[in-house]
Amino acid sequence: MTAEEIHKNLQARFGDAIVEAKLDAPQSFLVLDPKRMKEVCLFLRDEESLQFDFCSCVSGVDYKEGKLGAIYHLASMVHKHKIVLKAFCTVENPHIQSVASVWGGADWHEREAYDLLGIIFDEHPDLRRILLPYDWEGYPLRKDYKVPEFYNGMKVPY
Amino acid sequence: MYELLQNLLGDSLLVYVIGAALPLLFVLPFAVVAVLLEMKVSAHMQDRVAYMYTGWHGVLQPVADILKLLQKEDTIPAAADKFLFRVAPFLVFMGGYAGFAALPFSSAYIGTNIDLGVFYLLAISSLSVIGLMMAGWASNNKWSLFGSMRSVGQIISYEIPAALSILVAVMIAGSLNLQEVSKFQDGGLQNWIVFGGPLPLLQKILLFPFTLTAFFILFIAGIAEVNRTPFDLPEAESELVQGYNTEYSGMKFAIFYLAEFANMFLVSGIVVSLYLGGWTSPLGDVMSGPIWGFFWFVAKGMFFVFLQVWIRWTLPRLRVDQLMYTSWKVLTPFLFLCIFAVGLILVL
Amino acid sequence: MTETRSLPTRYVTHPGELKTSSGRSLRTDEMIINMGPQHPSTHGVLRLEVVLDGEIVVDVIPHIGYLHRCFEKHAEHMTNYQQVIPYCDRMDYLSSMNNDWAYALAVERMLKIEVPPRVETIRVIMAELQRIASHLIAVGTYGIDMGAFTPFLWAFRDRERILDLFEMTCGARLLYNYIWIGGLSHDLPPGFVEKAKAFCTYFKPNMKELNDLLSYNEIFVKRTAHVGVLPADVAINYGVSGPTLRASGVNWDLRRDDPYGIYDKFEWEVQVGKGERGTTGDCWDRYIVKIREMEQSVRIIEQALAALPEGNVQAAIPKRIRPDSAEIYVRTETARGELGFYVVSDGTASPYRLKARAPAFVNLSVLPKISRGCLLGDLVAIVGSIDIVLGEVDR
Repeated sequence: MTAEEIHKNLQARFGDAIVEAKLDAPQSFLVLDPKRMKEVCLFLRDEESLQFDFCSCVSGVDYKEGKLGAIYHLASMVHKHKIVLKAFCTVENPHIQSVASVWGGADWHEREAYDLLGIIFDEHPDLRRILLPYDWEGYPLRKDYKVPEFYNGMKVPY
Repeated sequence: MYELLQNLLGDSLLVYVIGAALPLLFVLPFAVVAVLLEMKVSAHMQDRVAYMYTGWHGVLQPVADILKLLQKEDTIPAAADKFLFRVAPFLVFMGGYAGFAALPFSSAYIGTNIDLGVFYLLAISSLSVIGLMMAGWASNNKWSLFGSMRSVGQIISYEIPAALSILVAVMIAGSLNLQEVSKFQDGGLQNWIVFGGPLPLLQKILLFPFTLTAFFILFIAGIAEVNRTPFDLPEAESELVQGYNTEYSGMKFAIFYLAEFANMFLVSGIVVSLYLGGWTSPLGDVMSGPIWGFFWFVAKGMFFVFLQVWIRWTLPRLRVDQLMYTSWKVLTPFLFLCIFAVGLILVL
Repeated sequence: MTETRSLPTRYVTHPGELKTSSGRSLRTDEMIINMGPQHPSTHGVLRLEVVLDGEIVVDVIPHIGYLHRCFEKHAEHMTNYQQVIPYCDRMDYLSSMNNDWAYALAVERMLKIEVPPRVETIRVIMAELQRIASHLIAVGTYGIDMGAFTPFLWAFRDRERILDLFEMTCGARLLYNYIWIGGLSHDLPPGFVEKAKAFCTYFKPNMKELNDLLSYNEIFVKRTAHVGVLPADVAINYGVSGPTLRASGVNWDLRRDDPYGIYDKFEWEVQVGKGERGTTGDCWDRYIVKIREMEQSVRIIEQALAALPEGNVQAAIPKRIRPDSAEIYVRTETARGELGFYVVSDGTASPYRLKARAPAFVNLSVLPKISRGCLLGDLVAIVGSIDIVLGEVDR
């Protein structure tokens, strides 16, 4: 199934949950409403003709000017088609609905995005820091991140 | 040997000291040789060459290792039970070493010629369990505790097949004295208990399958009792870091090591004395006598030490439940069958 | 001893069922034990917080990040796209070639660079040699996890031959920086093809030896069959990939199903776990799939060596890399599974955002799911069988 068909399919069912679609990019993507991620993703996973059973990757991106995004790369092992989903939020209100209950693999990816970019995934079962120490402050992959002088009394910049 | 010393020196403390220290003359050089054997055999199985620099082909490396261990800092964890921590390695070594008292090295030498030799061996070898438990508990380390719990469970479980398979040989020889059992098998290969002992041919043929089974089981149980692969669960380094000796270093660790090698020979010695003729020559009257006896005993023992090394570097490790399964559901029932059959054949 | 096969591999604790005569429960406390970060069989600096009831694992909580080296942040601060490649080497340090290739491929697709056929063929040879080297470590260390030391050194002996080949090609034995965007750092040295062919003939009988020693060893099979069963649906849902996924019976290999390079030109088969000795998706399947993949890799290498075209390996290397503002996600099959690079470019000379989708990171996330209810010894077997490299998990 091509990206256009997937887009049409979703548009017909969810309407304004699909905020935007960019179908002419090398890898076409759909922008979703960050508050309605789960229902769309459940549909993407379970619908017979779509069957996006494999969540390859969830990446957080800081787009500067207070805009954060989570990018989901989905693939179907059955139909061998791929789609990219995006959900945007702001630094002031960094909330996106979690899809960890849809794809178990998204669990750790979302934790990583939370850890490094501070995107809060609502309804995530276990949203803790994953790569950094639990008491680390700040989100290093944000573009305006400043390395702290000290961490637990240890000098950080070497 | 003890009686001889008493005749020579009278009833003095010196007799006890010399009597007790004599096996050390064997155990210490043996440990050095066994370490070298272990390293060289494993290396050649793994396409390596092992030690090559200290002495000719690295033969002096174990000596260098001992010197290194002597110099190493002897650390005791802050939270450890210091007294038990110090005592444990010696207790473990004692269990193994005391067993040498009842081992007949030759027709002229046995530490103490007691009539309950086999019984004594079974009893004293369980002593090391207490030492292992102590080591694990005193280390105050969860991995060590795990290791010692496992080793207690394992050694106690394998005491039963070990004792039962010893019983098979004892039934045939009709004595609990290891010196007597060895003498019983004198006269060559065909008189070894593993081949049925010096009994009439028909009985020998009937006995052979059962004695052979019991012999193998005794060896398996022996490996389990000295905690070597595939039964090295108490010190399984990939699971329990190093088990009960995780926290030990320097000389205390070396003593654990020594105890393991002493136990290796002890087990081989028991197998050899009970089933393979002990110090008797396999060629009958050729090459027999006290000196040759010592040679044969050590040669046979070393062969089984080599077997243990071979097995260690070939097989993976069992899992806890499989270990217990092997002991209780496989080895023990087989031995009951063996004992029943051997008893029946001997009566007929 | 065949009965143990039918033993349940999931143990159940019965809290509160054991009672004293006065009716008091005999339930004992659970023990929380830290497996790692320094532990011989966590394959690096993984920390598993294990909740144990006796020997039975009640729960496992992985704590990672001890080897976090800020790969993604570093990549954003490079002055050049090529400069990221040495950092890719250091992610999965056991299959650096595959990492380099994945990253180079992502940027090449972004820039729409056509790579000369000689480069493609050499890349396949290198990637497959690397796959063998990586699987050898996985198989060998798995032997150690099971308590068998000898297979480990046999595996290292053979891996050494592969590293020699790499060394003669690019001078490095572990971190190669060999596959560049658009080409390679060096052409093959004289004598490489002969040596590589000699390796293939040398290696094949050694696989049989290893099988005899370890793969079909009764104790080894007992330890791994029926243990840590990962059902196919769970594996897919968790995004598990590579040999770990294939062992669960899923016929999926990105080299065939999302083609890159020139894998379609060669004859080889995707190896799938069939549950020959136990249940499909158990530890033994995960192990044997790796063994069989090595055989397939040898097949690919032999074909690639026979059909090595001539050409300049640096002809297509771009002088200046400034992709237009774009983004791309490219996935490749490394020794551990799907390694994806998500590259966002803003038109400057360095990536705006680079995210590595590390296979071991995702594969590890399924560990708590499959190891509840096993024994402590099984936990070691499971961790070993999913074949993680902490350099990649933590990046």
